[in-house]
Amino acid sequence: MFLKSKPAQLVAFLVVAVLMLLLPIILQATGSNSWVRIVDVALLYVLLALGLNIVVGYAGLLDLGFIAFFAVGAYLYGLLASPHLTEHFAWIAAMFPNGLHMNFWLVMILAGFVAGLTGLLLGAPVLKLRGDYLAIVTLGFGEIVRIFMLNLDRPINLTNGPKGISGIDAVSVFGHSMSQRLTVSLGDWSYTFQPVTLYYYLILFFVLVAIVIAYRLQDSRIGRAWMAIREDEIAAKAMGLNTRNLKLAAFGMSATFGGISGVLFASFMRGVYPESFILMESVMIVAMVVLGGLGHIPGVILGALVLAGLPELLRHVAHPLTAMTDGRLGPEILRQLLIALAMIIIMLLRPKGLWPSPEHGKSLSKTAEAK
Amino acid sequence: MDVLLQQIINGLVLGSMYALVALGYTMVYGIIGLINFAHGDVLMVGALTSWTIIGLMVDSATGMPGWLILLLATVIAMVVCAVLNFSIEKLAYRPLRNSPRLAPLITAIGMSILLQTLAMIIWKPNPKAYPSMLSREPIELGGAVISVTQITILAVTAIVLALLMWIVNKTNLGRAMRATAENPRVAALMGIKPDVVISATFIIGAMLAAIAGIMWASNYGTVQHAMGFMPGLKAFVAAVMGGIGNLGGAVLGGVLLGLIEALGAGYLGQLTGGVLGSQYVDIFAFIVLALVLTLRPSGLLGERVADRA
Repeated sequence: MFLKSKPAQLVAFLVVAVLMLLLPIILQATGSNSWVRIVDVALLYVLLALGLNIVVGYAGLLDLGFIAFFAVGAYLYGLLASPHLTEHFAWIAAMFPNGLHMNFWLVMILAGFVAGLTGLLLGAPVLKLRGDYLAIVTLGFGEIVRIFMLNLDRPINLTNGPKGISGIDAVSVFGHSMSQRLTVSLGDWSYTFQPVTLYYYLILFFVLVAIVIAYRLQDSRIGRAWMAIREDEIAAKAMGLNTRNLKLAAFGMSATFGGISGVLFASFMRGVYPESFILMESVMIVAMVVLGGLGHIPGVILGALVLAGLPELLRHVAHPLTAMTDGRLGPEILRQLLIALAMIIIMLLRPKGLWPSPEHGKSLSKTAEAK
Repeated sequence: MDVLLQQIINGLVLGSMYALVALGYTMVYGIIGLINFAHGDVLMVGALTSWTIIGLMVDSATGMPGWLILLLATVIAMVVCAVLNFSIEKLAYRPLRNSPRLAPLITAIGMSILLQTLAMIIWKPNPKAYPSMLSREPIELGGAVISVTQITILAVTAIVLALLMWIVNKTNLGRAMRATAENPRVAALMGIKPDVVISATFIIGAMLAAIAGIMWASNYGTVQHAMGFMPGLKAFVAAVMGGIGNLGGAVLGGVLLGLIEALGAGYLGQLTGGVLGSQYVDIFAFIVLALVLTLRPSGLLGERVADRA
C-alpha cells in the first residue's frame, strides 16, 4: 500500500508516525500520567471499534452485545494470570505451586480463539433474524454474559462476583515487565519510560496490526462479499454467496478482535470487574462506529477517538464549572453530558458520520425499504 | 401462603407495567421503524416528576386524600412526558427521517444518556423513597396477598388498554396511525399528514410510559435517574417477543414476560437445588426471547414479512 504512494503522502505518513511515537513523551512532559492513560484507553476503544466495524460496518449486522466478547477475553486473562484461581481451588494450586501466571501472548491467542468461538456459537442460531431482532438478541447475549460474571462467585467462585478479579499480571515484553519503569541510556543521555507509556506503545502496536488487518479484510474477497450482503442480501445470495457462513465469519472475526482487546484491557488495568462490561459500553462502541462513518476505517478511528477522548479532554478543562455549580456538574456527570450531546449533535449535522466512506455511501440506507 | 398464586399476581402486575411500556416501543417502531432507546428514560422522567409533585402537594395541601394527589401527579407527569417526547421526536428524530437507518438510533441512544444525565443534575443521583399514596393494608386473596397499589395497577392497565384499543380501532387518528404504519407514502397521498400522526404516536407512547413509571415507582417504592433502563429494556424485549409493530403482541409479550419472570424468581432456586438463584431472573427475558425468535423469527403475533428486494 505504501510502496505505491506519492512522495508527499510518504512524508505525511512519516510525520504522523513520528508524532504518534512521540505523543506519550510529549504528554508525559505535563508531569502526570493521566493524559497518557486517557490516550491508552482511547486506543483500546479504537481497537474495539475496528473489531465491531467488521460486523456492523462491513456486513451491516447491528451487534449490541459486542462488549461480551471483550469481557470473555478480559476474564480469560484475569483467570489465567492472577492468583484468583489458585486461591480458591486447591487442586489448581497444587498443579501450579508457583502460582498461575500464563504467558500474555499465549493467552492472547487463546482468547482470540475462545472469543471467536463464542461469536460463532452466538451467531449460528440468531443470524437468520432480521436487522433489529438481531440487535436485541445480541444485546440480550451481552447482558447474559455480564449477569453470569456478576453472579458466578457461588456455588463455585469462578469470577469473584461483583468484586471482580484483581492482581492480574502485567505484560512482559522481551523480558521486561511493563509494570516497571524502563530507563534507556545512550551515552550521557537517558530517558525513563513510565508504565503507561510502555502500554501506549503496546496498544499502538495492536492498533496498527488491527488497521492493517481491517484494510486487508476490506479489500479481500470475503470483505467484498460482506459489503454485498450489507447492500442487498437477496442479490448477494442470488450471486451464489453463502450468506449464512459469511455472516458467521464476520461475527467470529469481530469477536476475535473483541477478545484480544479484552486481554490487553485486563493486563492494562491489572483487574477486571463486571461493571466494565455493561450494555452502555456496547452501545458506546456502536456509537463510535456509526459516528465516525460506518465501514470506513479512518472514520471509525476518528469516531472512537472523539467519543473516548473528547469528553475526557473537556472534563479536565471544565473543573471550574464543577466548583461553580456546587458539585452538581461533577466530572462524571459532565462527561456523560458531553457524550450525549456529541452523539446527538454530530448525528444531526452529519447523519452519515464524521468521515463517511466515499464509495459506500448507500450503506444501510433506508431507500431500499418501503418504510 | 400459596406461592403459585402469589407469583401469578406479582407476574400480572409486573407484566401489565411491561405491557404499557412495550406499547410505546411497538407503536413507534411500527410507524417509523426506530428503536426508541429513550423510551425507558421518559418513564423515569414521569416517575421523578410525579415524585416532585407529590412531595410539593403533601406539604402544601394537607388533608387532600392520597388518591387525589396521586391522580393529579399522574396527570401532570403525563403532560410533562408528552411534551418531552414530542420535543425529542421533533429535535432528534424528525431531521433524520431519511438518513441512514442507524443515524436516528444513535441520536436515540444519545437522548437516553442525555435524559439520565439531566435527571441526575436536576434530581441528584441518590435513590429517593417514593411515598405510598394508597392504603397500605394488604388484602388476602385465596392464600396470597395483594396490595391496593397492585389492584390499582391492574385496573388502570385494563382501562388504559381499552382506551387505547378504542383510539386505534375506532377514531380517525387511530385509522391514520394504522394507515401510516401500513405504508406512509400511500397514507400521505390519502391526505394523512405523517408528521402529525408520528407526533401523536410519540405523545400517546409518552403518556403510557408516564403511567407505567408511576406504577413502577409506587410498586417498588423508590425512584432514581437510572430506574428507566431495566423496564425499558425488558419492555422492548416484550415488544419484540410479541412481534414488534403489533399492539396485541406487545401486551401479550409484556404479560408473558412478567409471568415468566415472577414464576422464575419464585421457583428457580428450588428447581436447580440452589445453584441458580433469583439473581439470574434478568437472564430469563433474553433466553425466552432467543427461543421465541428462533422458533418464530417475527415474534409471537408478528406478521411473517418476506424479505424485501
